[in-house]
Amino acid sequence: MESRAADTDEAGFVQALKVGDQQAYERLIREHAGRMLAVARRLLGTEDEAQDALQDALISAVRSIHAFQGNARLGTWLHRIAVNAALMRLRSRRRHPERSIEDLLPRFGSDGHWSRVLPAWSESPSRLLEREETRAMVRRLIDDLPDDYRTVLVLRDIEGLSTQEAAEALAISAGAIKTRLHRARQALRRLLEMEIVA
Amino acid sequence: MSTPSCKDLIDFLDDYLAGRLSDPVRARFEQHMAQCPPCKDYLRTYRDTVELARESCRKSLALPEGMPELLVKAIVESRNGPLDA
Repeated sequence: MESRAADTDEAGFVQALKVGDQQAYERLIREHAGRMLAVARRLLGTEDEAQDALQDALISAVRSIHAFQGNARLGTWLHRIAVNAALMRLRSRRRHPERSIEDLLPRFGSDGHWSRVLPAWSESPSRLLEREETRAMVRRLIDDLPDDYRTVLVLRDIEGLSTQEAAEALAISAGAIKTRLHRARQALRRLLEMEIVA
Repeated sequence: MSTPSCKDLIDFLDDYLAGRLSDPVRARFEQHMAQCPPCKDYLRTYRDTVELARESCRKSLALPEGMPELLVKAIVESRNGPLDA
């Protein structure tokens, strides 16, 4: 019952956007822009660019709202537009070769066994997450990952896109998403280890 | 795959966690894990990494002050041309 009421409400809201109702624009921003800005921040790493991407995304969404058929929730559709706007900005600014993450990946001897002793992580994630400085450090380490790896990690592990959805957003194969995600997690794991077990 | 090495296990860790390994391969992985503390530790800290990333990025959904008004203006202008001369 509640879901049907929400559907009706969303349909009315979308219709108001289609006819250019300014109050609908205000509601669009109030209800959806925060989440759209958050994903742009994680993908782009800078506040100014994220805000520009958000504006691009909202303008694009309003211009193409007539094409919104209601097959997905409006929030899901807007999130996809925000991801695309951020990725477009990311592609246009990419000028330098990406730094290698090879030295952050696990090392094995010729027999396939560990070539070094792994340092122990003494604290659990829940304990580590109690401190804002730790959360900020994790965000900084994610921002420092090369674009190709950070984007996949953000879309899959933080934004919760499926492998296929991330592959479509980044225009790469599902196999490449899986490989990059695994390497991104391994690199982030090592970066965290160097901070936590210092 | 007969007996997986540590490298085999770590290379396929994502598939293991995502449940993409066949039952026999999964069983061999788990057997290795039970006998190999470094791989067990790596698996735990790999999972911890995913959790730390996700939880550290829990979003602040607030927009900067004044931004909603600027965004509405930008949307209206994009549809109708500038609001103010």
